[in-house]
Amino acid sequence: MSTIQDPIPAPAKSMRFGEAALLVVFAALAFLSIIVAAKAYSSAYAFHAYLFAAGSIAAVFAIGNRYMDRPAGATPQLIDGKPNYNFDVVRFGVIAAVVWGVAGFLAGDLAAWQLAFPAFNFETSWLSFGRLRPLHTSAVIFAFGGNVLIATSFYVVQRTSHARLAGDLAPWFVVLGYNFFIVIAGTGYLLGITQSKEYAEPEWYADLWLTVVWVTYLLVFVATIWKRREPHIYVANWFYLAFIITIAMLHLGNNVTIPVSLFSDKSYIYWSGVQDAMFQWWYGHNAVGFFLTAGFLAIMYYFIPKRAERPVYSYRLSIVHFWALIFIYIWAGPHHLHYTALPDWAQTLGMTFSVILWMPSWGGMINGLMTLSGAWDKLRTDPVIRMMVVSVAFYGMSTFEGPMMAVKAVNSLSHYTEWTVGHVHSGALGWVAYISFGAIYCLVPWLWNKPQMYSVKAIAWHFWISTLGIVLYISSMWVAGIMQGLMWRAYTSLGFLEYSFIETVEAVHPLYVIRATGGLLFVTGGLIMAWNVWKTITMPQAVAEQKLALAPAE
Amino acid sequence: MSASYESVASFAQTWGLVLFVIAFALVVAYAFWPGKKRKKEIEDAANIPLKED
Repeated sequence: MSTIQDPIPAPAKSMRFGEAALLVVFAALAFLSIIVAAKAYSSAYAFHAYLFAAGSIAAVFAIGNRYMDRPAGATPQLIDGKPNYNFDVVRFGVIAAVVWGVAGFLAGDLAAWQLAFPAFNFETSWLSFGRLRPLHTSAVIFAFGGNVLIATSFYVVQRTSHARLAGDLAPWFVVLGYNFFIVIAGTGYLLGITQSKEYAEPEWYADLWLTVVWVTYLLVFVATIWKRREPHIYVANWFYLAFIITIAMLHLGNNVTIPVSLFSDKSYIYWSGVQDAMFQWWYGHNAVGFFLTAGFLAIMYYFIPKRAERPVYSYRLSIVHFWALIFIYIWAGPHHLHYTALPDWAQTLGMTFSVILWMPSWGGMINGLMTLSGAWDKLRTDPVIRMMVVSVAFYGMSTFEGPMMAVKAVNSLSHYTEWTVGHVHSGALGWVAYISFGAIYCLVPWLWNKPQMYSVKAIAWHFWISTLGIVLYISSMWVAGIMQGLMWRAYTSLGFLEYSFIETVEAVHPLYVIRATGGLLFVTGGLIMAWNVWKTITMPQAVAEQKLALAPAE
Repeated sequence: MSASYESVASFAQTWGLVLFVIAFALVVAYAFWPGKKRKKEIEDAANIPLKED
């Protein structure tokens, strides 16, 4: 029996508090930005104010459109008893990471060619080395690395908590707001806006914006852990949490600046002299320790076990690894200020803690490597595993080199030379970038529901080309750095300096060319990855299945 | 009493050090505590990434 029924009335749609509040906030920010743009002291700052206005207006429209299109009622937390994961923000972060990565590697390689052949600055102030260099460091650390960390942390915290990411608009605010910060920072460097603190160059208004984004990031992450459906908090989440909290603390500590005016991009730090230097390197070294180490160790602790299909070698060791790293890293900063106005005891403290730090670092490295124990054949058959394992090996190498260079006697030779640059890149290219590439190669097929990457061979090509690039890079910088250090300290029998500075510049020229060539290989690897990621995302499902069927049995 | 550099430094060099050492010792004790219960807890945690959902 059938009767004609009235259609079930759709539940009335009402605006959520977050949507309404953000609409008001962004409308107000757009209004304020336009006033600032009109009254700005410099055209560069006015440009940034216009960017803020445009971004805010775009946000108002995006939130309004989303409200019109979305179904009424709350987003379901579970679908058929399985968590309704929010992977859209993760997909955005992965693509942003690939794009920023290639841009950042290119900027770095251009800077490297400029050192060998200064004509590569093309006679424009925008591309002068002093502006290009922070563009490179921020693009690779904060734009590439930051997007990898945000994307993987949002992925890992959901999968290991078996819960949907907390927040409705908040996760989008984090990824989009963070990338907006990157645009403000990057364009600012090219226009000459900087507060001249290494790795903390963005000026006060960008810093304030990042603070809001970062606090939201922390809240989304903690709230997701809070509603987990899993009794334990997996160790990767501990590392992510330490990374998020410590970066918030460092960012606030190192940017206590007073702007000249609301209408000026310029600001001055509250303290000065050696206190400022110590704060800067407390910040700078822990940016390495908690951004480039703790965050990427979280990637290691999730993606290597997941990819190798076996639990981490020793979970007990991972707990000790975590707390030892947290207890020790924070003290190592003064090793950046050896033989300066910093009190001697502080320098010695920095040196001592740097040497102690070797232990937890290698504990973590062994834990990562030994996860492969009993499955070493995967190194041969799976280029993604190979990339991640080599990355952990580079982590071990650079965390041995670092404490050694922090010893005052070694530092008197290495400081201010290219050796430092080589050390940074064995960590940044070998460890951070490789573990990120590994995570991206894992994530892209998982997120876009493909059985595997479009071309597994291309991953192997990426691996070998960029490994060759890294080897050229770090070996040339070892030679250049030690040579510089020795030439700078060489005296004649009469007590005069043996070499003028320009002679040392001439001597390192061939090594600069080798370094820039190595960098070019690394950029090439990045382009291969970008192509492979693009082809995987756009690959039709039928092609993907055919590829899988044709894959040789290992 | 306002916190001067000296008072903060002397607290950090004495009680602060003791607190940190105790806290770290507790972490190590937790991680390596023998017994079936802790072993299972640790194993469960280690297998979280491998659980399907």
